[in-house]
Amino acid sequence: MKVEVTHSLCSGCKLCQLTCSLYQFGENNPKKAGIFVSSHLLGDGHYHVAVCDQCGDCAAVCPTGAIRVVDGAYQIDAEQCNWCQVCVHECAQGALVVPQGARTPIKCTACGECVELCPTGALALVG
Amino acid sequence: MNGYAGSILRVDLSKGTAWSEPLDAKLAEDYIGGRGFAARIIYDETKGADPLGPENRLVLASGPFAGVFLPAGSKATFAAKSPATGLYGDANVGGHLAAELKYAGYDAIVFQGAAEHPVYLHVDDDKVEVRDASALWGQGAIQAEVALKENLGEDFQIATIGPAGENLVKFACISHDIGRQAGRTGVGAVMGSKKLKAIAVRGSKSVPVADVEALKRVGREMFLKIKHDPALDVWHKYGLGSVCTWANSIGAFPTRNFSSGYFEGIEGIDHHHMRERIIVGNKACFACPMACGKFSRVKERGVWVEGPEYETTALIGGNCAIDRIEDVAYANYLCDELGLDTISAGNVIGFTMECFEKGVIDASQTGGLAVRFGDVEAFAALANRIARREGIGAVLADGVRHAAAVWGKGSEAYAIQIKGLEWSGYESRGAPAMMLAYMTADIGAHHNRAWAITFDIAQGREKVEGKAAKVIELQHIRPLFDLLAACRLPWVEMGLDLKYYAELWPAVTGQDRSWEDLLRASERVYNLNRAYAAREVPGFGREHDYPPERFSTTPVPTGATQGHYIDRQKLDELLDDYYGLRGWDARGLPQAATLRGLGLGDVAAELVALGRID
Repeated sequence: MKVEVTHSLCSGCKLCQLTCSLYQFGENNPKKAGIFVSSHLLGDGHYHVAVCDQCGDCAAVCPTGAIRVVDGAYQIDAEQCNWCQVCVHECAQGALVVPQGARTPIKCTACGECVELCPTGALALVG
Repeated sequence: MNGYAGSILRVDLSKGTAWSEPLDAKLAEDYIGGRGFAARIIYDETKGADPLGPENRLVLASGPFAGVFLPAGSKATFAAKSPATGLYGDANVGGHLAAELKYAGYDAIVFQGAAEHPVYLHVDDDKVEVRDASALWGQGAIQAEVALKENLGEDFQIATIGPAGENLVKFACISHDIGRQAGRTGVGAVMGSKKLKAIAVRGSKSVPVADVEALKRVGREMFLKIKHDPALDVWHKYGLGSVCTWANSIGAFPTRNFSSGYFEGIEGIDHHHMRERIIVGNKACFACPMACGKFSRVKERGVWVEGPEYETTALIGGNCAIDRIEDVAYANYLCDELGLDTISAGNVIGFTMECFEKGVIDASQTGGLAVRFGDVEAFAALANRIARREGIGAVLADGVRHAAAVWGKGSEAYAIQIKGLEWSGYESRGAPAMMLAYMTADIGAHHNRAWAITFDIAQGREKVEGKAAKVIELQHIRPLFDLLAACRLPWVEMGLDLKYYAELWPAVTGQDRSWEDLLRASERVYNLNRAYAAREVPGFGREHDYPPERFSTTPVPTGATQGHYIDRQKLDELLDDYYGLRGWDARGLPQAATLRGLGLGDVAAELVALGRID
C-alpha cells in the first residue's frame, strides 16, 4: 500500500499533516507527520506533497534492519533504530523526518487516514 | 492550559527586546482568545494613544481552536487603535499564521514602541530576535515575504507590509501567505509606524488538547460532512467568486461608488470568466476543506495573484466599473504588493472617479490624470500614488472621509464610510438589517460582524421591525469565531451546525462551558469595544452610527432594489431598537448596568468617572 499524490489537486491546507500527527501520535502538530506540503505557488501555481512512495530505499540502507514491511508498508522499529539518519538522507522524496526533540525518524505508514479526509482528492491509497 | 499555547510574547521595538509572559487564565476565561484578547489589551494599554505613535499596540492573536484538528482553525487577528477611525480596529487573516504561532508556543504577540530602523521579528520556537530589515524596506509585501522565505525557509509563516504600510496609508493592510491579507482598519500603517516590516514565525510544538478521542470524533465528522457535501464542488471551482452574481441579482453589488447595487458588466468579472481565464488552482487556509482561495495567473500582465475574492471583485470591479476579470485581478495584484486593503482602495478610488466625473476635482488635482470609471490604468496610477503618498495620493491615503472633507462640494454625501472606515461589498439600501449591521459594526463599515442580508431577503426588504434583534444575534455568533480563531465560513456557507463547535469546546479545552456562555464572552467584547470608542473619541455616540447621506436620501436607480433607500426615520427606528435591546442609552453608549452585568465593572467605573455615562 502507498499514498499516491496528484500534486496539482493539492490546495495546501495541510490537513494531511495534522491528521497524521493526530492519528500516529495523538498530537496536534503538523511538524510531527509523515507527509509534508510545500508551496510552489510562484513557480507553477501549485503545491507539492512529499510522502513515502514505499520504494524501500530506506530499508535497503538501514544498518540495523529497523525498517521492514509491516501491514503492507515500510515502518521503522524504534527499538532497533540507532538514530543514524542514513534513511533520512537516502529518501529521494524527502518524506522521512526527525521531529524536533526526537531521535527516531517518522514516516508514512500508509494507514489511509489522511487520504480519507483529504478534501480535494489529491491523495489516494493504492496498491 | 488545554487549547492554548500558554504564553503571550511581548516585544518592545524601541528597545529591541522581547520576553514571554504566561497567559493569564482570567483573560482566557473572560475573552477566550483572538479578537477578545486583542480588545482587552487595546482597551487596557492604549488610552489616549496616538494610533501612529509608539504608544499604540499592535496585537497578533491566535485562539483556542487554531492549529487543532477541526475545519479551518486558521484565523489570526491583527488589532490596534485604528489610525483610520481612532476606535478599536482589527482585521483577521486566514492562511497558516494563527496555527504556527501556537506551534511556536504563543497565543499572541503584543508589539509596543517603535524601532529606529526597519526591523522584522524572528520567532523560531523559544528563539526570538528583533532583526534588521533594512534590505526589505521599500519592497512589495509579497516580494518581501518571498525574500524572507528564501532566506529562512519555506516552513516559516510570514506577515509583511508593503510600501503603503511603510508610508502610513490609513488603509494599509498586513499580508500573509502569498496573497492573503489582514485588510481592514489600517493595521498595516500601525505596523509601518513601528518600522516593523515583517513577522516570521516557525513552531515545532504540539498544541495540548483535553480529550484527543473526542476531538478526533467531532473533528472527523465535521471534515467528512464538508467533504461529502455536494456544494463543496462550487467552492472548489469558484470560491467566493460565485457570490458576485448572486449579490448583483439581489441588488447588493456595489457599483460606481455605491451609486447602484447592480452592475451591468457583471458577466466580464463573474466566476465563470474567472475560472476560464485566470484560475490555476485552489489555495486553502490551514486545515480548511473549502479552499475558498483561488490562485490565479494574469498572463497578459505576467503576474500571479491570490483571488480576486468577492470583496475585491465587488470594490475594484463593480465599484470602479472595471468589467474585465483580468483587469480586476491585475489591480488586486497591485494592491497586494503595495500593501493596500483592496476594499478601502476600491472604495476610495471609486469615490475619486465619481468626484472627477462630477467635476468636484479636475485634472489639476490629479496630476493630469483622467480618473474615470472603468479605467484600470487610472486605478493603477492612483493605487501607486496612494501607497507612496504622492500628489493626490497624499489626500486619498488618509481615507475617503478625509478626501471628502478636503474636496467638499457636497461629496461628503457619497463618501461611503462609517466612523472613518470605508464601506465593504454590500450595497444595503434594500436591506435594513444589513444597513444596521454596517452602522453598528464595532470597527466601522464592515460586513463581517453581522452578515444579515439573507435575513433581509427572507423577512422582507422594506421591513424594519425585528431586524435589530437578528443583527445583535449575529454580532455575537460571528465574532465568536474570531475569539476562537476558527473561520466562520464552514458554518455560514456549508451549513455546518453550530452544535459541532459547542462540542469542540470541551474536547479542546476540557472546560465545561455552554455555547450561551461563550456567546456572552462575545457580547462582552462587543460592549468593551463600544466603551473604548466612548472613552477615546470625543463626543462618540449616535451621530457616528449613521450611514452617508446617499443611502438615506437617494433611491437606487437600477436593479432588484431600484427605488429603495432607508430614510432617516427608519434609520432611527433601527437604532432605537438596537440600542434598547443592547442596554445602551439613546446616545448609543452602554449603560453602566449593562457593562457591570457583563463583568465589565471596571470599564463602567472608568466611563462614569470620565462623565461619559451615568
